[in-house]
Amino acid sequence: MSTVGRKKSTTIIISIILIALTIVFLAPIFVVLYNSFKLKFFINDRPFALPFKTEMYAGWMNYDTGINKIHFFKAFGYSLFITVFSVIAISVVTSMLAWYLTRVKSKFTSITFSLLMFSMIVPFQMVMFTMSKTANILHLDNPIGIIILYVGFGCGLATFLFSGFIKSVPIALEEAAMIDGATPVSTFFQIVLPMLKPTAITVAILNTMWVWNDYLLPYLTIGNDYKTIPVAIQYLRGGYGSVDMGAMMAMLVLAMIPVIIFYLICQKFIISGVVAGAVKG
Amino acid sequence: MAAYILKREGLGMQKALKKYFALFALPGLICFAIAFFIPMIMGLILSFCKFTDVTNATWIGLENYKYVFLNGEFTNALWFTVKFTIVSVVSINIIAFSLAILLTRNVPGTNVYRTIFFMPNLIGGIVLGWIWQIILNGFLLKYQVTLVTDPKYGFWGLVILMNWQNVGYMMIIYIAGLINIPKELIEAAEIDGANRRDTLFHVTIPSIMPSITICSFLTLTNGFKLFDQNLALTNGGPGKTTEMLALNIFNTFYGRVGFEGVGQAKAVVFTIIVAILALTQLHFTRKKEVEA
Repeated sequence: MSTVGRKKSTTIIISIILIALTIVFLAPIFVVLYNSFKLKFFINDRPFALPFKTEMYAGWMNYDTGINKIHFFKAFGYSLFITVFSVIAISVVTSMLAWYLTRVKSKFTSITFSLLMFSMIVPFQMVMFTMSKTANILHLDNPIGIIILYVGFGCGLATFLFSGFIKSVPIALEEAAMIDGATPVSTFFQIVLPMLKPTAITVAILNTMWVWNDYLLPYLTIGNDYKTIPVAIQYLRGGYGSVDMGAMMAMLVLAMIPVIIFYLICQKFIISGVVAGAVKG
Repeated sequence: MAAYILKREGLGMQKALKKYFALFALPGLICFAIAFFIPMIMGLILSFCKFTDVTNATWIGLENYKYVFLNGEFTNALWFTVKFTIVSVVSINIIAFSLAILLTRNVPGTNVYRTIFFMPNLIGGIVLGWIWQIILNGFLLKYQVTLVTDPKYGFWGLVILMNWQNVGYMMIIYIAGLINIPKELIEAAEIDGANRRDTLFHVTIPSIMPSITICSFLTLTNGFKLFDQNLALTNGGPGKTTEMLALNIFNTFYGRVGFEGVGQAKAVVFTIIVAILALTQLHFTRKKEVEA
């Protein structure tokens, strides 16, 4: 066989493997999707059977039940509000903090920086109890207050990413602006912030994924009154392990739709942002 | 002279910036203090106390820690977590690396595959847990068992779920590493008569050691800190046999009244373990940088 022919057959074999893997990767999502149209009794009984045009078909019933049971659209609203404003707050607040900590050299700034780095290592369980009590005492247990908590937990990684970039930019540009009479505020917003844009995208993507999917923090602080999507979904489990699987399937589908849309739109940024965060973090 | 002026100007900027401490640094630091720093110090102190709320603590010394290690629950969870983490670190990295090799061979549709394999990573842990609960219970139905019949089902269920979620992510990091290997290096090996296996083990793998380090530690810490997936897939069942460290700590705090101190002591031990893992990673990555 010629080299070209051998290359071609390898390509075909690899393609077959990859297509098989694609099916394995996508199948779980499709199983959930078509089970969401199945009457709940049949979900446990015949989980892999297609419901369409059979006695198992439930129409939109599971969606109706699920949406009413966990107030899905309210949960969606809370999730969206908290995610959008937390991500904006984290990006603005930590880029300013990172600039200050990088450019002002003192004992205080270097200790603060080390503490921020340390906070990235510490697992959430360490502060879970005391943090939720503190939030309660300070009346931060509402969708606006929780943004402050997200800034607090998010500023370790974000400061690290921002200051890594700031360190690589020559200080001369900022100094020149200041000598020309610009205040630190205008220097930051006109010179530093535009340069930080690529890092800001990474920070925004990483935090969007974290805050949107986060379960424990909202559950512990605002879980009773304001359920975000992950909290609302887990709430379907109920007290005694009895789960309405039909409603569950429908709500899983609704929970995945915004994520998949977001991914398809910002795919390029998401993949590069996640990798940048992983490699530097 | 020029250097002197530059240095003075740098100090001038520092001085000007310092006046704006309240605007630039304070908001972030206040949030950090409220969410992390104060709770962390309180948590550390409370791990030596008996309490049900942050206001009613009494000092009991090392009693909580004694309980943590004498009562088998925590060590069981630790052992389960270690087993789970080892199996998933190995399997995720082997699969992710193999996928990366396949996807750097100019096969048509590479980008589509990359997009699809990466996608599960964006879905949150709670949703993932429930998706896999229905799928795995569906398969187990044939054998008249469920995920919580025996701990081994929960264990392997968690491993499968973790692979599905993380393989695409690690694959992307491996692809970035593989693309950066100079083509001449591989060609030179082939000219020297190396076969595929030799090239893989003596050229490709040594060249991407930094990616292997990153991926191993990422999967290691992800595995160790796993919570949401554990909660949604088995909730620790049957009994507490598939309870990992994070979930065990959560249940100690909120499962019954009076064990908050024990929960906090467990959290401190957990933090120390995770910190040791992270510092080991730092040590390895620093060493690699020096060598490079």
